[in-house]
Amino acid sequence: MRAAPYLMSLPALVLFAGVVVVPLAMTVLLSFHDWGQYKGIEPVFILKNWQEVLGDSYFHEMFWRTFRIAFFVTLIAAVFGAPEAYILNKMKSPWRGLFLLVILGPLLISVVARTLGWALLFGGNSGLVNKALTGLGLISAPLPFMFTETGVIVALAHVLMPYMVLAVWASLQRLDPQVENAAVALGASPFTVLRRIVLPQVMPGILSGAVIVFALAASAFATPAIIGGRRLKVASTLAYDEFLNTLNWPLGAAVAVLLLFSLVAIVWGANRLVERRYAQVFA
Amino acid sequence: MAFLELENLSKAFGTHNAVDGLTLGVEKGEFVSLLGPSGCGKTTTLQMIAGFVEPTAGAIRLAGKDLLAIKPAKRGLGIVFQSYALFPHMTVTENVGFGLEMQGIAAAERTTRVGETLELVGLGAFSGRFPRQLSGGQQQRVALARALVIRPQILLLDEPLSNLDAKLREGMQIELRQIQRTVGTTTILVTHDQAEAMALSDRIVVMNHGKAEQVGPPHEAYEKPATAFVANFLGKTNLVNGATVRPERISFATSGLAGTVRTRIFQGNHWLYQIDTASGLVTVIRQNTGETMPAEGATVHLAWGQ
Repeated sequence: MRAAPYLMSLPALVLFAGVVVVPLAMTVLLSFHDWGQYKGIEPVFILKNWQEVLGDSYFHEMFWRTFRIAFFVTLIAAVFGAPEAYILNKMKSPWRGLFLLVILGPLLISVVARTLGWALLFGGNSGLVNKALTGLGLISAPLPFMFTETGVIVALAHVLMPYMVLAVWASLQRLDPQVENAAVALGASPFTVLRRIVLPQVMPGILSGAVIVFALAASAFATPAIIGGRRLKVASTLAYDEFLNTLNWPLGAAVAVLLLFSLVAIVWGANRLVERRYAQVFA
Repeated sequence: MAFLELENLSKAFGTHNAVDGLTLGVEKGEFVSLLGPSGCGKTTTLQMIAGFVEPTAGAIRLAGKDLLAIKPAKRGLGIVFQSYALFPHMTVTENVGFGLEMQGIAAAERTTRVGETLELVGLGAFSGRFPRQLSGGQQQRVALARALVIRPQILLLDEPLSNLDAKLREGMQIELRQIQRTVGTTTILVTHDQAEAMALSDRIVVMNHGKAEQVGPPHEAYEKPATAFVANFLGKTNLVNGATVRPERISFATSGLAGTVRTRIFQGNHWLYQIDTASGLVTVIRQNTGETMPAEGATVHLAWGQ
């Protein structure tokens, strides 16, 4: 009888092993194989690819850029997403549903379609965004968005914003509305209530949203590929190029595995930080 | 002129009159309870005094000044919420000190006053804890300390004891009464528990459908209920031959209204009887003095001072 639960979860376990664990293990193994222009992939165990990925400044720059983009995307998502969630939470019945749909709407559209939309908005010197910014008198000359980090960051922040809004909204729902009233009654101004009472309580939500957004931004492919193009590579587009253009699968595998492991390390570290910092208060 | 005056205070939600022309004066240092069933408007009244709900009509004056012209954050009232509404990310000390911090009181004085207030509510040893590390009763005391430490002109209590179990509630009632006597703060309690209102208050306001049915000292309201609603709400009553009689005023006698004991329930300090009589079912409460009492099915005679 004790075996029954395990037997019942067996199909799911087999599926998980088949589609996640096995390919992942094969990719890790692949990253240790050799490759040559004419000999192709040789199933030997060497550290050449890893030495290249970890030692070459070209790869350093690539990974540094990947995480820099992810960091700024996360920052923008938090700065805009958290207030967005707060306002959404304060809205009354018909409006709340409508605006929730507006915020989540982008998730219903393919990433490629959304990114191509941004490409149209950014495109060239006569792009809509530049026209609007010049028209408002904010800039005098058009800003380059296409094939720049700025463009990738703006497009990714838009694409990933809903995840931050949802995470913060979930933590706002757990807030006792009377707590804000209590602070007001004790003489706190609206701004003080936000800063001293609401923000610390939704911080775990912001941080868990940040972990999701960071991980998705660092591993995003379509947006950097379209907006960044071939000039501005990040880790995922680099791995793609190694696999499909250079055909150096082992090197591509090393890039992909390094991206995965550094992401796991960052996410795990961030989670530990959140848990230790807020264990006293919540849990 | 009373310290706190509610004049013709009304609040309508749509077509529903939550509070309907309530007029009430509360003297300085007085403990007044707003008592009534849920939906009677007692909480809305409290929220209007606190400033969280705006009245549709009427006036509120505190020490002669128009309270409605003052923002909630500037009213300087101490409020204890039903859910306690403690700041979960702050320690007990930080929770209690928050109001003083908002008033811009220096850290040294803050520490002294927080310490004094925590001693007053018996939480001196728990200053470093977070709310979720405290029991319900302790959280309740923190909420009380947080409201009292700012030396409020009025203390508003919104069903403060309803989340505690019966035994703890009784203890807290006695303590709350003592604390209020010690600091002398004018207090308004909102409750649906008639025993709690009677135990704590100098005067009670029995509310129904947004109106005050009776205002007076607990004993007076209990003995001389102005309406049938008040009589029923403040305890059990019998309607015998057109007269209302409290069950504990009826005693077993050798002559009087005859009847048979239908049920007899032992409740520790008293016996609860239901007697079938010619004028209907009569409830009788008798103190448990250790004597033998009439059993179920026995024939008894009922007497009460008329």
